Amino acid sequence: MFSINELKKGALISLWFVFLTFPIMVIKVDPIERIVQWRWTNAVMVGVGTFIVYCIIQFAKYRKALKAEESNETESKDQVSFIHKLLANPKQRNILFMVLAAIILIFPHLFSTYQTNIMITALMYVVLGLGLNIVVGMAGLLDLGFVAFYAVGAYSYALLNHHFGLGFWEVLPIGGGLAAIAGILLGYPVLRLRGDYLAIVTLGFGEIIRLVLENWNEFSKGPSGISNISRPELFGLELTLEQSILYIYYIMVAFMVFTIFVVNRLQDSRLGRAWVALREDEIACQAMGIDKQKTKLTAFSLGAFWAGIVGVIFAAKTTFINPASFTFLESAIILSIVVLGGMGSIVGVIIGALVLILLPEYLRALSEYRMLAFGAILVMMMVFRPQGLIANVRRTYRFKKTS
Amino acid sequence: MTTPILKVTGLTMDFGGIRALNKLDLDVHTGEIVALIGPNGAGKTTFFNCVTGIYVPTAGDVLLTPPGAGKSTSLKGLKPNHVTMKGLARTFQNIRLFPKMTVLENVMIGRHCRTKAFIIGAIFRGPATRKEEQEIMAMSFSLLEKIGLADKANELAENLSYGEQRRLEIARALATEPLLLLLDEPAAGMNPQETQELINLIREISSDGQAILLIEHDMKLVMTLSDRIFVMDYGKKIAEGRPEEIRTNPEVIKAYLGEDVDA
Repeated sequence: MFSINELKKGALISLWFVFLTFPIMVIKVDPIERIVQWRWTNAVMVGVGTFIVYCIIQFAKYRKALKAEESNETESKDQVSFIHKLLANPKQRNILFMVLAAIILIFPHLFSTYQTNIMITALMYVVLGLGLNIVVGMAGLLDLGFVAFYAVGAYSYALLNHHFGLGFWEVLPIGGGLAAIAGILLGYPVLRLRGDYLAIVTLGFGEIIRLVLENWNEFSKGPSGISNISRPELFGLELTLEQSILYIYYIMVAFMVFTIFVVNRLQDSRLGRAWVALREDEIACQAMGIDKQKTKLTAFSLGAFWAGIVGVIFAAKTTFINPASFTFLESAIILSIVVLGGMGSIVGVIIGALVLILLPEYLRALSEYRMLAFGAILVMMMVFRPQGLIANVRRTYRFKKTS
Repeated sequence: MTTPILKVTGLTMDFGGIRALNKLDLDVHTGEIVALIGPNGAGKTTFFNCVTGIYVPTAGDVLLTPPGAGKSTSLKGLKPNHVTMKGLARTFQNIRLFPKMTVLENVMIGRHCRTKAFIIGAIFRGPATRKEEQEIMAMSFSLLEKIGLADKANELAENLSYGEQRRLEIARALATEPLLLLLDEPAAGMNPQETQELINLIREISSDGQAILLIEHDMKLVMTLSDRIFVMDYGKKIAEGRPEEIRTNPEVIKAYLGEDVDA
C-alpha cells in the first residue's frame, strides 16, 4: 500500500515540519533564569505527528482512488454536495428549513447574552458575505475594499443620529442607499479594470474611506470615534441591555432571511445571469448585447447596499464606532468568507461566515494557538477544497420536448 | 434592387502605421449567405471587429437597414452591445462561450438584449417578469432543439465537445434575433463529418430567411453555401462574385497560391 518512495516523502515532510516549528516548539527562552530551554521531545512529537497525518492523508487518497476505479460513473454525481441534494428535494428542504428556523428562533433563550452577541456578529458577516458574493462571486469583480461600504453605513447612522437625532429605522434605508451610491462612485472609475488592477484600486478606496474618517476630525471626530449612538427603538418602549440585544438579534435574523431571499432571486434572474456571464467572458458578454457598465455598476451598488445596512446595524449594536473597526482586515475576512464558502454559492457563503466567525470564538480554548489553528484550517481548506466548502451549482431547468 | 441589410463603404482601419483594412466595400442582402475569404492575415477578423464595434474604424461607414423599414442606421462608433441591439450578432474564431454556465443559460444570455426585467423585476418577480422568463426559456430551448443540443441543456458549456461548442455559439448568437448573423470561421478545427453537419445547420438557418456573413477557410463549405464571395488580401478587396467566378479568378489564385515566376 505504501511504497518506499511515499514513506521517504513522508519522512522528508515530517523533517521539514520539525524544522519549521523549531523556533516556537523547541526553543523556550526563560528571561528570569536567563537560560534557553531546548524541548527536544516537542520536536519528536511534531515529527511523529506529521508523519501520522501524512499516512492518513495518503491512505484516504488510496481509498478514494480505489473507489473511483470501482465506479467511474458515480464520480460526476459526487461533485454535487450533500446540501445541494438535500435542497433539491422539496420535502427534505422544508423539514431542514423548519428545523433551522426553530434553532435560530430559540437560540437566544437557550444560551447566554454573550453567545447571542457572538451569533449577532456571525449573522452580520453572513449578510456582508452575501453582499460581497454578488460582487466577487457572481460578477467576478475582485473587491478588496468592501469594508468601505460597511463604514459608510455605520457612519451614516452614527452621524445622522448624533447631529439630527434620527432613529435606527429611519436611517436603515438611508445607510443602505448611501452605501449603494458609494458603490456606484467607486464603480465608475474602475469600469475598465479587471482582476489584480481592480483589486488594487478597491483596496485603495477602502483605505481612503478609513483615512478620511480617521483624519477629518470636524466630520467624524477622528480616531476617538462617535459614542452614545442610540440602540434600535421598539415602539418607544424602554429596553434593558439584554432585551435590546435580543431585539437586535431578531432584527438581524429578519435581515438575513430578507437578504437570502433577495440574493437568491437576483441570482436566478436576467440580471444574475448577466453578472455570471460578465465574470466568464467580458468580450463575449458585450457581443451578446449586455451593457457592461450598467451590469458592473448594479453589481457594485447592490453589493454595497447590504454592507451599508449591516453597517447601520453594527453601529446600533455597539453604540460606539471608530475607524479602527473598518480596517483592511475586515475586508480580508469578508473576502475569505466568500472564497472559503464557495464563490457564487449562497449556502456556501452562509456556512463560510458561520465557520469563519464562530470558529475563532470557540477556538479560544486553545488560547494562544487560536490564530495558528485558524490559519492552519484555512490553508488546509484551500489545499483540499479549493472550490470552497459548498461549490456553486448552476440551476437546472426542466422542459417538455416540443417535437 | 432592394437596399442591402448591411452596407459597408470605404472601411479603413489603421493600427499605428499598419493599415489593416483599406477602403473596403461590402454589402449583404436579405436571405443571402455571403462569405469573406482571404489568406491568413488578410484582415478578415479585423473587419468583423470593426463592424461589431470592438474596434472603431479609422474611416468609412457601416450602415444597417432593417428590411421593410427603409431607415438605415450607422453602426460606426457604437459599443458592441449596442451593435448587437441594432441587429448584428457574431460568433468568435476562438470559441468564447461562458464555460461555467449551463448550455441553456448560454443561450438565455443571448436573449438579454431583447428583454428588460431589472432589479425590481428580479426581486419581486411580478407577472410580467415571470412571463418574460418563461419566454426566454421557451425560445432558448427551441433554439437548442434546432441545433440538436436539447438533451444537454443542463450541462456546463465547458463539458461539450468542440463541434457542439461551435454550434452552441451559433445558437447563442441567434437568440439575439439578429438581422445579420456573422460567423467567424465556424468550421475551424472540425473534422469532415462535423463540417458537413455544420453546412446542413447553416443551410437550415438560412432557409428561414436569415442573412449570414461568414469568414471561412474551408473551401468546401464556402463554395457549397455562399451566394456571393468577397476575397480580401492585405486589407483590400481583390475580388467579388459568385462561387464559380471566384474559383477561376486569376487575382484570387495569385493571392492564395502565389505568382508564377517566369524566368
